[in-house]
Amino acid sequence: MSEEVLFQLKGVSKSFVKGKEEISIFDDLDMTINRGEFLAIMGPSGSGKTTLLNMLGGVDQPTGGEIWFNGERIDRFKESQLTRWRAHNIGFIFQFYNLMPMLNAARNVELPLLLTNLSKAQRRANVETALTLVGLNDRAKHMPSEMSGGQQQRVAIARAIVSDPQLILCDEPTGDLDRKTADEILEMLQLLNQDHGKTIVMVTHDPAAASYAKKTVHLDKGKFVQREVAA
Amino acid sequence: MNDLYLIYKNMTRKPLRLFLTCFAIFIAFLIYGAVTTLKSAMDSGIDLAADNRLMVVNRINFTVPLPIAYFRKVAAMDGVKNVTHANWFGGYYQDPKKQLVVMAVDPESYLRVYPEVVVDPQQKQAWLRDRQGMLVGEKLAKLYGWKIGDKIPVSSNIFSHKDGGHTWDFVIDGIFTGNTEQYDTGYMVFHYKYFQETQTFGGDNIGWLVLTTEDPSLNEQVAKKIDETFANSAFETDTSTEKAFSKAFIEQVGNIGLIIFGVVFMAFFTILVVVGNTMALAVRERTGEIAVLKTLGFSSPRIFKMVLGESLLIALIGGLAGLGAAHLLIEGAKAAMAQFLPNLVMGGDIVAQAVGFMLLLGLVTGLLPAFNALRLNIVTAFNRGGA
Repeated sequence: MSEEVLFQLKGVSKSFVKGKEEISIFDDLDMTINRGEFLAIMGPSGSGKTTLLNMLGGVDQPTGGEIWFNGERIDRFKESQLTRWRAHNIGFIFQFYNLMPMLNAARNVELPLLLTNLSKAQRRANVETALTLVGLNDRAKHMPSEMSGGQQQRVAIARAIVSDPQLILCDEPTGDLDRKTADEILEMLQLLNQDHGKTIVMVTHDPAAASYAKKTVHLDKGKFVQREVAA
Repeated sequence: MNDLYLIYKNMTRKPLRLFLTCFAIFIAFLIYGAVTTLKSAMDSGIDLAADNRLMVVNRINFTVPLPIAYFRKVAAMDGVKNVTHANWFGGYYQDPKKQLVVMAVDPESYLRVYPEVVVDPQQKQAWLRDRQGMLVGEKLAKLYGWKIGDKIPVSSNIFSHKDGGHTWDFVIDGIFTGNTEQYDTGYMVFHYKYFQETQTFGGDNIGWLVLTTEDPSLNEQVAKKIDETFANSAFETDTSTEKAFSKAFIEQVGNIGLIIFGVVFMAFFTILVVVGNTMALAVRERTGEIAVLKTLGFSSPRIFKMVLGESLLIALIGGLAGLGAAHLLIEGAKAAMAQFLPNLVMGGDIVAQAVGFMLLLGLVTGLLPAFNALRLNIVTAFNRGGA
């Protein structure tokens, strides 16, 4: 079966200037992510995992090379174009959930839908579907402060999938959770990948978390040093 | 949910801070509303003054009298259309706290010089014939429930009566209205001759002269002529237009405009610093959340508008509440101050100006935090531990 390329990085480099010194994070990095893939990016601290994830999500720009998404070169997008592109194509899951503390679960999930033209009723239906998928429909009116870490992360997952993006980017999604809750979250991501066809890219330190992915790449000093495909 | 809901939730996330910020703005606009309404009421006399009316007072100051002989002399001058004279009586009704604006006037000439005073012809004739008669303004009559034919005792805190005491008895012969709604009818006038005959001191003196010129273009010339005529006499005069006189009278207590500017400026400057600091702090605390919103796809201009909208909303809530309280305060004080400040009303111009200041306050205090939110770099915000 031929695989469809969703993301392609060609000779991507990223560096920044600190004082008089130029620090390189990557140099000439190539990478391909296929549609429907569940990719884990592992590596030690400072290896550039999060920077790579930020570039895939269009929140950071490379200093060189090309980034293609679905046949479009996104590294040339202006900020406003990238903002729109993110809203339509990417769902984000963060380590510390990053829910809006003043909004209840349903309102938090609804946030990305404010960027669409959906009616109020359609938005409500989508929110309900997303919360049901993560098993939290009965907690729709709960505030983040009234929920456990695992529940908050599930709300964050619902927020990431509510607008039906093609790609979900996860930055250490289980880094703040205990093992049991982390496994539940990872099973949920696996379900989204397998049953709903979502492409997932996850940055993690945790080999157990990476074991849920179909493919794992190891990044060190700005280079891919090892690639593993799950059996 | 929409952006307005997000603004509302952000604004109300710390109720105590919101309350204190709004309260600071509330105080500023309470002061602004009350003080500018007060100034407007004081200035209304200036606005209503006739263009061709001049006031002649003693050059020393307007409380020092002038000889009655000046009345005829001024009346004979070229360019003078009508002239009248008046004396301040310093009246009160029953209780010295119930002060009245009472003047002893020359009835016929008074009504000629003040065509704003509208009185029924029959009542006018009755008053002209009755030396002990009083012409009372409608507002004053309503305040005390007086009607035509009532005999009222009016006391003076300056003069004493020949018969002993400080009280004069009057009969209300007429109740006058104004030719416009704005005209103050909160005063009363009676015959100068009755005053002159019954007082124990004061002689043939008058308080001041009021005259109308044939044309406003003659004002300066006539004023100059009057003052030149009485120069180097024992009673030198100072002649000015009624507008200038009213303005100078109001400003006896100081430059009201400057005082108001000072009070309002200080209040606003303090509030500007307080609210500006609070807004900056509030947005800084939300750096991570703003970064998350941007990551989700909220555009920078949209976030800029939300932050600015929040500061505008806070300014409007506090400001409108303050202005409302000022309105209630003015309405409460209106009755008590009716005699001195009859036009004590918060006009539409004051409200519009205040709303303009609220918007300006909201913009100024919100602009910097909104601009910071606009420029916020997602990666930098996350690296700062903002999320």
